[in-house]
Amino acid sequence: MTKSQYYIPIGPIHPALKEPIRVEAKVEGEKIVEVDVKRGFAHRGIEYMGMKRNAIQALYLSERICGICSISHPYAFVVGSEKALGIEAPPRAQYIRTIIAELERIHSHILWLGVVAHEVGFDSLLFWTWKGREKVLDVLELISGNRINYSMYMIGGVRRDLKESHIKALKEMIDYYRIFNQEMKNLFLADPVYKARTRGVAQLSKEMALKVNAVGPTARAAGLRMDIRQDIPYDAYADIEVRGIVPQDIVGEVYGDAYDATLVRIYEIDQSVDIIEYCIDNLPEGKIMAIPNYVVLLSKIKRTKGEGIGAHEAPRGEVIHYFKYDGTRDGPAVWKVVAPSYNNINSWAPLLLGAEVADIPVVVAYIDPCMCCNDRIAVVRDSSGKIVDSTTLHRMAVEKTMRIKKELGVKE
Amino acid sequence: MTPNILAYAFAFPVLGIFLGLVYKGIDRRVSARLTSRIGPPIRQPFWDVGKLLLKETVVPENAISWLFNAMPLIALASSMTLLLYIPFGVLKAPLEGYGDLIVVLYLLTLQSLAMAIGGFASGSPFSSVGAQREMVLMMSYEMPLATVIVGFALIYRSFSLTTIASTPVWSIVGPIAGLGVIMLFIALLIVTPAELAKLPFDIAEAETEIAEGMLAEYSGRNLALFYLSDAVRGFAMAALEVVLFIPFTLSSIFNLNLTGASLYTVEALWFLFKVLVVYLLAVTLVRTSFARFRIEQASRIFWVYVNIIALVGLALVWMGV
Repeated sequence: MTKSQYYIPIGPIHPALKEPIRVEAKVEGEKIVEVDVKRGFAHRGIEYMGMKRNAIQALYLSERICGICSISHPYAFVVGSEKALGIEAPPRAQYIRTIIAELERIHSHILWLGVVAHEVGFDSLLFWTWKGREKVLDVLELISGNRINYSMYMIGGVRRDLKESHIKALKEMIDYYRIFNQEMKNLFLADPVYKARTRGVAQLSKEMALKVNAVGPTARAAGLRMDIRQDIPYDAYADIEVRGIVPQDIVGEVYGDAYDATLVRIYEIDQSVDIIEYCIDNLPEGKIMAIPNYVVLLSKIKRTKGEGIGAHEAPRGEVIHYFKYDGTRDGPAVWKVVAPSYNNINSWAPLLLGAEVADIPVVVAYIDPCMCCNDRIAVVRDSSGKIVDSTTLHRMAVEKTMRIKKELGVKE
Repeated sequence: MTPNILAYAFAFPVLGIFLGLVYKGIDRRVSARLTSRIGPPIRQPFWDVGKLLLKETVVPENAISWLFNAMPLIALASSMTLLLYIPFGVLKAPLEGYGDLIVVLYLLTLQSLAMAIGGFASGSPFSSVGAQREMVLMMSYEMPLATVIVGFALIYRSFSLTTIASTPVWSIVGPIAGLGVIMLFIALLIVTPAELAKLPFDIAEAETEIAEGMLAEYSGRNLALFYLSDAVRGFAMAALEVVLFIPFTLSSIFNLNLTGASLYTVEALWFLFKVLVVYLLAVTLVRTSFARFRIEQASRIFWVYVNIIALVGLALVWMGV
């Protein structure tokens, strides 16, 4: 009998993927023998758009880089901008920022737990976790007015203050999540079927994690204690001793697999709840903006020559923004974004090689990928394989628009 | 064949489709309520089938089209025929005397086989992987299923379903054999979700892994036929379990003296209720509370654990009879 190999294309559109990316796998029976990861389906040119706008508009844009951790990019943005401008946010604003960032970590991690439950076919758990996630979204809506894109941050502070009623709601939420997270530990970590599907799957060794530059919970699950909040503390994190959560602290041993990734994320929810509790107990009084007038802020940006790097520990890993203000316009002259999924997707190819078809969704999901964060460049090749440059592309786009207009009979 | 039987033979499949879809609707509703959702209305499966029948039927370019189109028909035909062998409560099975439990076993297999062949014929890698998984799964659960049937043959010295339905199994077995029958029942309950391709054994159709597997390329009328055969088979499988293990009639429990139409109505409702209970226990509850297994994990479960349960049950029955 001849060996039969199947070619299985996963993506760009596939039920296991929430965003477009392509994994091409050659399969023998259930075993993957060859794998190739292709990205670049969700490039939107946001950095370029930001460099054409003023800094406040670019901040608004940065919130739309990621659909889930929508405050992580603004956080790195404001931290980097403040370094470039040489201003500092008032203490109260710094604490509020930290609270919002940790609220987001809670909702993002619960979302991931639901997604991974869905990927192993456990839809009841997906419904249950997402029901529990509503609480933090309600609190975020109460504080900021929005469930997803909160628009809370501003260069040199925050746009909304925390009121007494907000703090009451936060305290209530903390009590809720202490119980809810305990239930989640029981449901995920003690469930035999969940353990059977994730233990040993997507197993990333410490060496491999360093080699592929894994960051965030993926690296921490592999036993590397790395966390921007611990290594380069900023805002309220400087007052709190944050230690990156690694499996060896919790159970004493490290596998680096999808089960450990679950463990790390569930315990990080506990950590976030603790940080929020500390922040609301020690919330300083005072103003919330360093420069309250936006016109003054923009004119300061216009006069400033400087550069800065802002880093934030997003739920998926470290987000880094680089800024350069050249003193001629009120927006960044250079804006460069580095998102965590870019590093973490590197781990897919080695992890999928030799794995089973049934493991593909778990491997794909365990890093909590965010394709629209990670796509920084799009390259177009013509039929002979040559890269088409941007001027030619622009000319072709104009020509096509003209052609379509002619076909449709659009009159100017 | 008398005209009576012919009438049954036409009425039963229509009734079977209706009941199968109603049970599917109830299953979806209950499952939704268990996961704190509102869920679709009970008649949703009827709308689904109606809509699928209106949709275009696409045959992939590299599919073997006659095989691809024939398999949904065979699947539906086999599950319809399956219904004709099952005695509904006090009613006799329409095809009584033309076959027995062995035929039921074959008809159950035929439907899975039709889906697997359809998957291979559709020429898509997802379908091929799904079909391979279905074959592996079939090889795993056929053994415990066959063991259950052999156990019944041992007790009754017959494979006829009507004989089995006429005398409750619990009235003719001793305590040891009774324990054996309970173990056979457990084995059959575990086989049920695999037989019906439901969670945690819907490995051949795993949505997140291989995009519905064998059904990936099916659309329109063909998909509707598979949907119907799935609904009918779900009902038939639960009905079979009721006939084998919970055969008590309402009149025998409460010593009712009913005759004529009232007897048939009461017993039919009682039978449907028993089927519903088994359906909810073996399918809805299980599929709501488990994650999907990997194929080799599922195989191990059936070959080792379920086989042990079934074989020990068979040994107890053999000792007891």
